[in-house]
Amino acid sequence: MNKDTLLFEKSRPGHRTLRLGKLDVPAADLSLLPKGSLRTKAPVLPEIGELDLIRHYVLLSKKNISIADSFYPLGSCTMKYNPVTNEAVVQYPGLADIHPEMDAGRVQGALRIMKRLEDGLAGITGLPGVTLHPAAGAQGELTALLVANAHFEATGQTKRTKVLIPDSAHGTNPASAAIAGLEAVEIKSGKDGLVDLADLESKVGDDTAVLMITNPSTLGLFESKIAKIAEIVHKAGGLIYMDGANLNAIMGISRPADFGVDMMHINLHKTFSTPHGGGGPGAGPICVTDELTPYLPSPRVVEEEDGLRLDYNAPQSIGMLRGWPGNFGVLVRAYAYLRRLGAEGVKRVAENAVLNANYIRVKLNKAYHVPYDRMCMHEFVCNNKHQREKGVHALDIAKRLIDLGYHPMTIYFPLVVSEAMMIEPTETESKSTLDAFIADMLMIAEEAQSDPDKLHAAPVTTCVGRLDEGRAVREPKLRYACYKD
Amino acid sequence: MRPDDRKYLSSHEWIKINGDIATIGITDFAVEELSSGNEGDLVYCDLPELGRVLETGETFGEIESVKAVADLNSPLAGEVIEINSAIEDHLEILSQDPWDRGWMVKIKLSEKDSPELLDLAGYESSLEN
Repeated sequence: MNKDTLLFEKSRPGHRTLRLGKLDVPAADLSLLPKGSLRTKAPVLPEIGELDLIRHYVLLSKKNISIADSFYPLGSCTMKYNPVTNEAVVQYPGLADIHPEMDAGRVQGALRIMKRLEDGLAGITGLPGVTLHPAAGAQGELTALLVANAHFEATGQTKRTKVLIPDSAHGTNPASAAIAGLEAVEIKSGKDGLVDLADLESKVGDDTAVLMITNPSTLGLFESKIAKIAEIVHKAGGLIYMDGANLNAIMGISRPADFGVDMMHINLHKTFSTPHGGGGPGAGPICVTDELTPYLPSPRVVEEEDGLRLDYNAPQSIGMLRGWPGNFGVLVRAYAYLRRLGAEGVKRVAENAVLNANYIRVKLNKAYHVPYDRMCMHEFVCNNKHQREKGVHALDIAKRLIDLGYHPMTIYFPLVVSEAMMIEPTETESKSTLDAFIADMLMIAEEAQSDPDKLHAAPVTTCVGRLDEGRAVREPKLRYACYKD
Repeated sequence: MRPDDRKYLSSHEWIKINGDIATIGITDFAVEELSSGNEGDLVYCDLPELGRVLETGETFGEIESVKAVADLNSPLAGEVIEINSAIEDHLEILSQDPWDRGWMVKIKLSEKDSPELLDLAGYESSLEN
C-alpha cells in the first residue's frame, strides 16, 4: 500500500490534507508584483490525504540510518554518539531564540559560550588564535589557506604558491588549495605508510606555502616523524597545516602546536560529538599561531572589562567567510560536550578511541589483510586481499554488512590502499557491540570463501538492492519528471 | 596477458611507440583498480585538446570511477595529434580492451626515451610491491 512510492505516485485528484475556507478578507493586490513572476497556472503538486501523508513520512523516517540505529564504523568520519544532553541545552530559549545582530549586552551568555569554546580548542591544540566561523572542515581548510596567503602577502613572500599534500590525504585538501588559488603538489607515502621524507625534501622549497598534513593519517597511523617534517618545511619558510579530521585519536594527549603545527581545523561534528552525515550542519573552527591571528576572519569575539562583544576592527583580516560567525547551534553542542568531559575526559576519549580500534584490528587481522598491521590510532585500514580470488570486493563486504544491520565502514579510501576498508569504531561503543561486529565480520570472511555469491547479491534486506552507481553518475535523474520518462 | 610490444609507467599508463608517433593508454590493472571488475563503474574520462604539448610525466587528463579519480600521465613528451573520443561515452571499452580499442591519445614524440619507462617485466614487478 504505502510501500516505496513517491508522493507523486500516491497523488489522487481531489485528495487534500487541508481545505481552506472561503476568502473573507480583502484579496491582496497582486498588481504590485512583476508580471513575469506571477503564475498563470497552479503548480503540479501531489494531492494526498493527511493520514497517507503521515504514513509516507513515517515510513521514510524508518529507512533512515543513524548512529542511533546501529553501529556506524565509517572510517574518517568519527560517528560517535551525539549526547541527548547537547540537544536539550541547545534548545534553551536564551540560546535558541537569539539573533547574531542583537546587542552584545543581551547575548552575553552566547558570546561567553563562543569565547570559552575558543579557549578550550586553543588549549587542546596549543594554538591560541581561534575562529569559529567555518561551517565545515573543508571550509576550515580554505580559511587557513586564505590566512596563509594573507600572511605571505603581508610579508612580501608572494612566490609561495605551492601546497604540499601527502597522497593519503582527504580529497578536500587539494580542492581547498585549488580554490585558494594555490597549486597542489603530491608527496608520496613511504613503505611504512608515512610521509616519505626524501620525496618531501625534493619538493619543498622557496615556493612552498603550506604543507597540509593529516595526523594521525588517513591510514590511522601517527606520523611519527612529524617534528622532522615540520622542521624541513619551516626551514624552507613554509607553514604546517594540520587537517584535524582525526583529532579524536590524540586530543588531550599530544598538542599539535608542540609538534610544529601552525594552523589546523577541528571538525566539531566529528571530534566534539555534534550530529552529522545528514543529521546536522558541520563546524570546522580553525586554530592558528599568534603570528597568524591578525588574519583570521572577522568579526571575532573579544572579552573586555565591561563584557564580551563581536569585534569588527581587524584591518588585516581576510574578512567575513559567511553570513554570521559560525553555526551557533553546533558550537553550543560542542561546548556542552567539552564541559561535560573536562580535561581528563578529553584524554579518556582519545585513549578509548585508540583502544577500540586496536581491539577490532587485532581480532580481524587474520581474516582480513591489514597492510600496515601495527599499533594504530583511532581507525585502521584493511582490504580484500584474502577474498579477492573469490571475486569478493570491498563493496561486496560493505553491502553484506547492511544486511546484518550495520552502516558499513568507509570503502575505497584512502586511495593508497587497494580496495581499502577503513574501520573507525569511536570510543562510545561498548565491548559487546565491538564483539558482535567482529563476529559478523568473521562470518562474512567465511562466507566470502564458502558462498561468495551471497556477498555479491547483498543487500537483500533493504527496500532496493544493489544500485548501479555508475549509471547514477553518468545518467543522473534528479527530478520525478525525469524518472518517469 | 599484458602485451610486450610497449613500455609502461608504474602509475599504470602504457605507451606504444611507432616511429615518431606514440599511442598512450592505461593498463588492465588500472582499469580493474578503478572499477573492481564492474565496467559500469567507470563514469568519466577527460582527454586533452588536440595540439596540446605535453612534457614527460605531465598530467594530460583524468579518469573517474564511482570510487576514485586518477590522473592520466604522459610517459613521454610530445604534441597531442589524436584522441580516442569513442571511449568518452563508452568507457566500458576500457574494461573490454585496454590494450587496443581502449587507447586514449596519440602524440607526436619530441623525445624517445625516459628513465621512468618500464618494460613489461619491470611493470609487473612494480605491481607486486
